Amino acid sequence: MAFGGGFLQRLREGLARTRAGFAERVDAILGGHGRIDEEVYEGLEEALIQADTGVATTMRIMDALRERVRTEHPRDAAGVKALLQQEILSVLKPVAKPLAVKPAGLTAMLIVGVNGAGKTTTVGKLAYRFRQAGKRVVVGAADTFRAAAIEQLQAWGERSGATVIAHQAGADPAAVAFDAAQAAIARDADVLLVDTAGRLQTRTNLMEELKKVHRVLKERLEGDLSEGLLVLDATTGQNGISQARLFGQAVPLTGIVLTKLDGTAKGGIVIAIAGELGLPVKLVGVGEGVDDLQDFDPDAFVRALFS
Amino acid sequence: MFSNLAEKLQSALGKLKGRGKLSEKDVEQALREVRLALLEADVNFRVVKDFLARVRERAVGQEVMQSLTPGQQVIKIVHEELTGLMGGSHARLGLTGRPPHVLMLVGLQGAGKTTSAAKLANALKRQGHRPLLVAADVYRPAAIRQLQVLGEQLGIPVFTLGERHDPVDIAQAGLSHAKTHGNDVVIIDTAGRLHIDDELMQEVERIAAAVEPKETLLVLDAMTGQEAVNVAERFNQQLELTGFILTKLDGDARGGAALSVRAVVGKPIKYVGMGEKVDALEPFHPERMASRILGMGDVLTLIEKAQAAMDAEAAEKLAAKLRSAEFTLEDFLEQLRQVRNMGPLDQVLGMIPGFSGAKQLQGLQVDEKQLKRIEAIIQSMTPEERSQPAIINGSRRRRIARGSGTSVQDVNRLLKQFEQTRVLFKQLGGGKGPRRRKGMLARLFGH
Repeated sequence: MAFGGGFLQRLREGLARTRAGFAERVDAILGGHGRIDEEVYEGLEEALIQADTGVATTMRIMDALRERVRTEHPRDAAGVKALLQQEILSVLKPVAKPLAVKPAGLTAMLIVGVNGAGKTTTVGKLAYRFRQAGKRVVVGAADTFRAAAIEQLQAWGERSGATVIAHQAGADPAAVAFDAAQAAIARDADVLLVDTAGRLQTRTNLMEELKKVHRVLKERLEGDLSEGLLVLDATTGQNGISQARLFGQAVPLTGIVLTKLDGTAKGGIVIAIAGELGLPVKLVGVGEGVDDLQDFDPDAFVRALFS
Repeated sequence: MFSNLAEKLQSALGKLKGRGKLSEKDVEQALREVRLALLEADVNFRVVKDFLARVRERAVGQEVMQSLTPGQQVIKIVHEELTGLMGGSHARLGLTGRPPHVLMLVGLQGAGKTTSAAKLANALKRQGHRPLLVAADVYRPAAIRQLQVLGEQLGIPVFTLGERHDPVDIAQAGLSHAKTHGNDVVIIDTAGRLHIDDELMQEVERIAAAVEPKETLLVLDAMTGQEAVNVAERFNQQLELTGFILTKLDGDARGGAALSVRAVVGKPIKYVGMGEKVDALEPFHPERMASRILGMGDVLTLIEKAQAAMDAEAAEKLAAKLRSAEFTLEDFLEQLRQVRNMGPLDQVLGMIPGFSGAKQLQGLQVDEKQLKRIEAIIQSMTPEERSQPAIINGSRRRRIARGSGTSVQDVNRLLKQFEQTRVLFKQLGGGKGPRRRKGMLARLFGH
């Protein structure tokens, strides 16, 4: 047995510190030091990595921070923190974009993501949100693979008053997407939301299936697809970059919906994705309630990182 | 799975492999890269720190410096520590005592509890158990229906009271149902919940208190980041977990969570989900996983065999000769014999890091006869020829070929390969060689 009690004990104590959260850690690092020394930088670097920001992005942000500290000479550690916030904001601000909803005509959205990211729930919440705004909503249940995914979406349809277009389990998802688009056009709907089955981005055949869904849907809409949204779980680690990259290769992505931000996960992976791919962040899910899907606010996001 | 982490670790450690001697600086450099690789793989920050501290302590200590192959020794240490981090050996489900045995699956939303419950039931059914699935997720729309559909597919009964009942009641009623229907295993699928949602955490605690599960398994998504350990710790505090099921490992997730949760919570990973199909659930073997991460066939066995077969002093001398380019055909022969002492060659090759990839081994015809031929050729040389291959001219070649029962071409090939190998070692000794992917043996067999 390679691990004695001492090691695990130490580790647990260490983690008790990490649970204190990014904010306290940053404050602890900065508060204890009047002087701005290497330890301050190391601590901030640790905190960023712990928030799932990723090594590469963290290094980039830290380099920029060091440069600014050199030129701007903040008085104390608190000044360094403010600069760090600004640095993160400068990465996130350019990618904070609202959902593209057309003032008139049909706004169509395709929702994709890995298994369990929260696609169906996001579609349900979006449907509810648009219904509340008085829009006519059609939902396509193109997740024909997971057992009872269709029923799950139908339950959301009943809740929100959206029309759910579904085939049987195991049906061709592209056909469902086609029919949903057809129905949306025929009913003169304002919003079309197409849910898809969760798939790991490395499963080539499933990604091919997704390409087909997108192709068929776009053709039926005569090229007028407003959003290709990647649903991303805020607890996701560095795999999120692979998700954004590979889903983006299969279908044109217009943005990210960051779900499950109501836990203790900070969702720092979107900073990494923003830094590496520049993919916009559109919405964040902050709770289980139907109206807990909000527009992405980078200031609030960064505040939450440090709060 | 783990492929990216494996590549990164291999590249970091690969630089140590061919080295005869390691300085503290060499080890530090490699460990820095190991640190980055682990962090990029989502291994928890604290775990990385402690892990590296342990490896460093051992790597710069006596253990490595006195070994014949310090580079390999460092890799061996990393391997051992990785295995330890993931829990040593495979932990089975604890299905002892009086049935029915209750297994409860808990976790965050979207981790894969319902799918894992069905997969687990299927695996247990195949082992001859009579499982009952209990659908206790009354919150997510159609979650119960999802389990029922899966149960139907697998021919496994699913118990539920519907969405309007308290999950505690459902679990209890499920257990009594199992008792009266002769089910020896009860698998309870609970609703996904946030580890910081006090109300729901208390609910799952009440379920546990009511049915006293033998196994309380936290289902964890392999793609989870630094958060994994927080989630695991919180659930463990509330429920006293018995282990983990790690899901979605069939993607390109680097699986750092796998390395972290065991170390932090002290509970083993018991199963891993490897795909969407109902039979894609595998028992978790830490030592095999560690080998896979490092891209090793079974380097531990190899090192042990090498230690048994080689005379330490002789190996030291050889290493010195390699570095100083005084490597002769005599030494070459000696090394070949030592390698042969270790066992059948194809097996030995399979254990060498870099050779473990099946692709590289395919088409690599390991011919024992060829080895014998090489031995014969070298033995047909005079001692002078062995130490100074340059003097071997055409007529000497013909004589050697006749003497060893081979052809002049065979002799030529051997001499050429020997020369290449020598040049390579010389470069390595100077620290500026090409990246050494294939060792002497690979060159010998023309790959």
